[in-house]
Amino acid sequence: MAPARFFSMPVSRRTLLAAPLALSLPAAAQPAVAPLTVASFPDLDRAAKAAQAAWDRAHPEAPLRLVSRNYADHHNAMSAVLATGSGQPDVMALDLRFIGKFASGGGLEDLLGAPYDAGPLLGALPRFAVTQGRSPQGALIAMPADIGPGTLLYRLDLLERAGLREADLTGSWPGYIEAGRQLQRATGAALLTDAAELRDILLRVGLADGEGIYFGRGGEVLVGNERFQRAFELGLAVRRAGLDLKAPSWGNEWGAAFRQGRVATQMMGCWLAGHLKNWLAPAQAGLWRSAPLPGGLVASYGGSFYAIPKHAPNKAAAWAFIRQMVFDRATQLQGLRVLDAFPALLAAHDDPVMDEPIAYLGGQRARQLWRDIAHRVPATPVHKHDALATAIVRSAFEDVVSQGRPIPEALAEARALVIRRTRR
Amino acid sequence: MNRLTPYAFVAPFFILFAVFGLFPLLFSLWLSFHQWEPSEGLAALRWVGLENYAMGLTDPWFIQGLGNTVWLALAAGLPQHLVALPMAFFIHRRVHQGRDLLVGAYFVPYITSSVAIALIFMTLYSKDYGLINVALAELTRLPLVGAWLPLDAAHLPDWLGDSAWTKPAVAFVVFWRYLGWNLVLYLTAMQTLDDEIFQAARLDGAPPWRQFWSIALPQLRPMIFFAVTLTLIGSLQLFEEPFILVDTEKGVARSVMTAAIFMYQTAFNDGDFGTASALSWALFALIAALAWLNARLFGKGGGHA
Repeated sequence: MAPARFFSMPVSRRTLLAAPLALSLPAAAQPAVAPLTVASFPDLDRAAKAAQAAWDRAHPEAPLRLVSRNYADHHNAMSAVLATGSGQPDVMALDLRFIGKFASGGGLEDLLGAPYDAGPLLGALPRFAVTQGRSPQGALIAMPADIGPGTLLYRLDLLERAGLREADLTGSWPGYIEAGRQLQRATGAALLTDAAELRDILLRVGLADGEGIYFGRGGEVLVGNERFQRAFELGLAVRRAGLDLKAPSWGNEWGAAFRQGRVATQMMGCWLAGHLKNWLAPAQAGLWRSAPLPGGLVASYGGSFYAIPKHAPNKAAAWAFIRQMVFDRATQLQGLRVLDAFPALLAAHDDPVMDEPIAYLGGQRARQLWRDIAHRVPATPVHKHDALATAIVRSAFEDVVSQGRPIPEALAEARALVIRRTRR
Repeated sequence: MNRLTPYAFVAPFFILFAVFGLFPLLFSLWLSFHQWEPSEGLAALRWVGLENYAMGLTDPWFIQGLGNTVWLALAAGLPQHLVALPMAFFIHRRVHQGRDLLVGAYFVPYITSSVAIALIFMTLYSKDYGLINVALAELTRLPLVGAWLPLDAAHLPDWLGDSAWTKPAVAFVVFWRYLGWNLVLYLTAMQTLDDEIFQAARLDGAPPWRQFWSIALPQLRPMIFFAVTLTLIGSLQLFEEPFILVDTEKGVARSVMTAAIFMYQTAFNDGDFGTASALSWALFALIAALAWLNARLFGKGGGHA
């Protein structure tokens, strides 16, 4: 009855106009809700999804809104929103490869400044990862969320068939190549998927704290020095000896090489063990092992970061989110469980999970090794032209291994090209 | 009010064109004279005059990219017309039943997503398990054919991983994709030709190849001009097929790096949007010049088509 009476009431124009205002009053009494927009990419977005429930419970005023694009699209989109200054997310996930490029501009907040004052927190993270998140001016523009201690994953069964031991692979770089020859003779398996991997890792040999791979402390171009010469020589030796499959990482042939058991070793971030277990070679459970990189080298492969754009609408919530994702021990360990992302937070390295045997690696307690590596990786700064230099060096190496171009000539041209393109 | 109504109706087109067509064009022209670090925002634009043009046009990779573009344009573009013209003549004269189905089958690659095409060809071209190499390996085992083939079953071509094969592999995909489009263009033009001339030629005893060469081809000249112009423009802008087929992370990618791919990488990999814009305008000038040359060579004369 009451509704009928309500609708039969005469409704004035003023009442109608006031209705939306009246409806909005109860909402105004509630705290304002401003969603926290996090732009991310697979698989890192799974870490945010896993943390969403806890975040939404703790921050009802800023419910998490995750925008995920594929890897390349995400970084192109972030470049575009920084360029235009509009449509910026509150939190921007960045892969290590893009940090140098984004750090050189002024589009990201310096997390060392107010109101973030992240300085006192940085002791909780590996020094090398913090260095990677810094701009050339020393600003901290991105906070490391996960790291990738470099490891040599190898097939124990193939090694045993060839009468080799782990030390034969890890003792020295020439020893690694010699072991590859024996492995191939005894088992037919290739030492590694592509000679370019060897080149890439050898470019890190002998790097001191503060020294970049392609650019020195003062920004000088290092391409073409002895380090490059040696990396190219050993890469060429592997190709000439037929020890690689000419299958660059992440291609179809690369995946097939693992599935078909045609490759004996792979140097990469420790997170590759998760990929092997989940999709690359699940049938080879128990056959793979993890070892330090040859020649006593300690290095990291990749890493994920979170940053706050200058024009982010909800910076307070963004900073709270980053603190949860990076400095909350439980969240970091959840990332390890959900996507095999090795925690950046040092406090998470003391968790008992680090001592657990990994079934895929034949019960090896490999996380202890990865933790040890993570603590010893030198701090290698990133440069805004790293991606450019990588592409040029990669192409020069291809000229050497495929076209038979002399190494000094290829490196001299690469050096000249890097200098030319980085003139500004 | 009534006077403005027509303008209001046509305004959406002009507004959309101004925002999504005209502005990007003019902005890229403006950008081509500037150095710009995009992550610093628009305020970071710095005037450099013609430096971007000078540096971009003399970059060894751009010159190589231009060479690759011309190679692919010739290897993929020329056969499109050399095959489509006689094929269209044959279908026009001889195929009467199921013609639409046949032409449709040739046209399907043109309307299929280039990403889907590239992914399928990536599988076909795979060195270890691609169908092409599997077929080649089987052929090498045949007694007579195997001896004739200059291939060894253990060392079959790495189509997308060896710079000796990447260009032909990409050129074939481009040829295969656009053959149907040219076929439809030529078939449409042939249907407008006067059949009485062909009948007269037949009465005079002209064989089919003579009818094609002396009657059909001269009358198709305007359509050939149109189709070649489209191929020229498309070839010089070639991007998708080589970009997807040969992973840019591979060192071998430079062997199929076209001028358009180099521009993309200059902008999005190197972050040098100014030089990339300069190169895009230089490429526009080149395309315009070649289109003009094509018009001078083939654009004269008339016909029914």
